[in-house]
Amino acid sequence: MSDNSLRLVWVYPDLLSTYGDQGNALVVERRARQRGLEVSRVDVRSDQQLPTSGDIYLIGGGEDRPQRLAAERLRRDGGLNRAVDNGAIVFSVCAGYQILGHEFVNDLGEPEQGLGLLDVVSTRGHAERCVGDVLADIDSRLGLPPLTGFENHQGITHLGPHARPFARVRFGNGNGTGDGTEGAYNDTVFGTYMHGPVLARNPQIADLLLKLALDVNALPRVDDQWYEALRAERIAAATQPA
Amino acid sequence: MAGNTDPLSPRAKLAVTAGKAAAAVSRAAGRGSGSVIGGRVALKLDPDLLARLARHLDVILVSATNGKTTTTRLIAEALRAAGPVVSNALGANMPAGITSALAGGSDARFGVIEVDEKYLAGVARDVTPKAIALLNLSRDQLDRAAETRMLAEKWREGLSGSKAIVVANADDPLIAWAASSSPNVIWVAAGQEWKDDAWSCPSCGGVLQRPDDDWNCGDCGFRRPIPSWALSGDYVLDPHGSAWPIKLQLPGRANKANATTSAAVAAAFGVPPQVALERMYQVQAVAGRYDVVNFHDRDLRLLLAKNPAGWLETFSLIDAPPAPVVLSVNARGADGTDTSWLWDVDYTRLAGHPIFVIGDRKLDLAVRLEVAGLDFRACDDVDEAVRHAPPGRIEAIANYTAFQDLRRRVGN
Ligand SMILES: [Zn+2]
Repeated sequence: MSDNSLRLVWVYPDLLSTYGDQGNALVVERRARQRGLEVSRVDVRSDQQLPTSGDIYLIGGGEDRPQRLAAERLRRDGGLNRAVDNGAIVFSVCAGYQILGHEFVNDLGEPEQGLGLLDVVSTRGHAERCVGDVLADIDSRLGLPPLTGFENHQGITHLGPHARPFARVRFGNGNGTGDGTEGAYNDTVFGTYMHGPVLARNPQIADLLLKLALDVNALPRVDDQWYEALRAERIAAATQPA
Repeated sequence: MAGNTDPLSPRAKLAVTAGKAAAAVSRAAGRGSGSVIGGRVALKLDPDLLARLARHLDVILVSATNGKTTTTRLIAEALRAAGPVVSNALGANMPAGITSALAGGSDARFGVIEVDEKYLAGVARDVTPKAIALLNLSRDQLDRAAETRMLAEKWREGLSGSKAIVVANADDPLIAWAASSSPNVIWVAAGQEWKDDAWSCPSCGGVLQRPDDDWNCGDCGFRRPIPSWALSGDYVLDPHGSAWPIKLQLPGRANKANATTSAAVAAAFGVPPQVALERMYQVQAVAGRYDVVNFHDRDLRLLLAKNPAGWLETFSLIDAPPAPVVLSVNARGADGTDTSWLWDVDYTRLAGHPIFVIGDRKLDLAVRLEVAGLDFRACDDVDEAVRHAPPGRIEAIANYTAFQDLRRRVGN
């Protein structure tokens, strides 16, 4: 980053914004501005070319058919892979997380090629949908407080050797593999099944994305009282049986 | 009486009587109005009862994500000009509730029936409706995974074999796609303020182009049908080009749209727009919605908004700043337990209003408003919110169970 402005790209809101995913963009944008950064946020529809010079890319969840359409258009576009080559940070949720992997099962029940940005492969579970509040411990290398989120998916995501579990669940399902992992990440690309939206419930993750994009170790403090109150409430909810 | 005048079979009669008795017991036990339990008992005794009850009526079905209760009420009022009407006016809109409502109307000519979106195709098969009014389709209750396009697809399949006149909103691409399988559609330009669920072509998945009020798909050519009825400002335009003034006690653009669709339905049964619209003026509040109540010596207007499209329409009808606004959100079973939809609502539209947040999920609202950069105050209950509200009529906007809580607390 050469100047004080941050380029935030929200990928395909026309296809992947079913679960309040705009919230993740709003939280990153708000917290960057609170630190005095200028932010240019670009919402890129699926008939537009993805810019390759963004600093942070956000990809949301979506229904099965839009997920397939998004994967087709992202593969054809190629911009997201180039952006990652340029050092961009990517944060993805649910359907978006699956698209970043090598492969997932599409709405037609067939394997659909992903972008290969995360070393994961997703299949569809046969059990009931995973729905409800989740509490998990984020990988200790990231130095973040516990993860709280809301999951609503039927997917199962298996991690390859080049992806690290983003968190380990205490309550909830996460990746659905039964091994307690939730989400995946490598140095710059993150994936999670958590909605909520997840950055509204975990503003420290939004700050992590900002720190990675800005290449700094710390950010000025902001007032987190409402986030903290919400976190406490949702963590308590996740630990109580419904 | 119109339609089939065969008397009910003895078995159907017994089912009706048993259902009424169960409803009376349920009421006596203080378990609500009893309409749903009555219908469940009746359906159990005679699964064909719904079809048999409907056979004696000209049935009009109404479905949508938003506005179906109000529109059902408006159509019922309009059609009373042509004959007695039976209706599930209280919004019990699944098969049991519908059966219960129809069982109470043996002298009626018309059955005006609100139907839950998920049951529309099935109910339409059972009751052989004369007309079906379709208003809008958008995201609602996410954790139930009711995917809107799949819902539209079910409607489309169900309507393709129906002989009913379908009165459908040409401005909502999902509605247009669902209705266009029907051979007999009256298109209404009823408008669509919420567009976020309709950027993707429902037919081919292409990106919809939406210049002004028009829409079309560049990939497959699917486009907005040409409407014969339209809402234009405060007027209904009929197919002959005449403009009829809308005077409603109900507020907001969305209700003008509902009135336009209702006028088109009424006309299909021979009620002229002028007569229909005059009768609609009588509707004051629908199941507590839009009611103004006095609470702690303050005027409080009760507004229901269940999903992003509903909140958007509600913001457009509230009093201008500095009118105080109380927001209440729950996430119980009937609401959907996922609150992420709050982030699809543009709360910056409330800038300038003193804002108070209450409800089970007021902290979700608090973070949402904080991120929107708005000032607000979190309160324990509506009493505290009203005590702190500056002068002026208070607009209280709540989602489904929060609205019921609110009504109970303010004695409405
Ligand atoms: Zn198309």
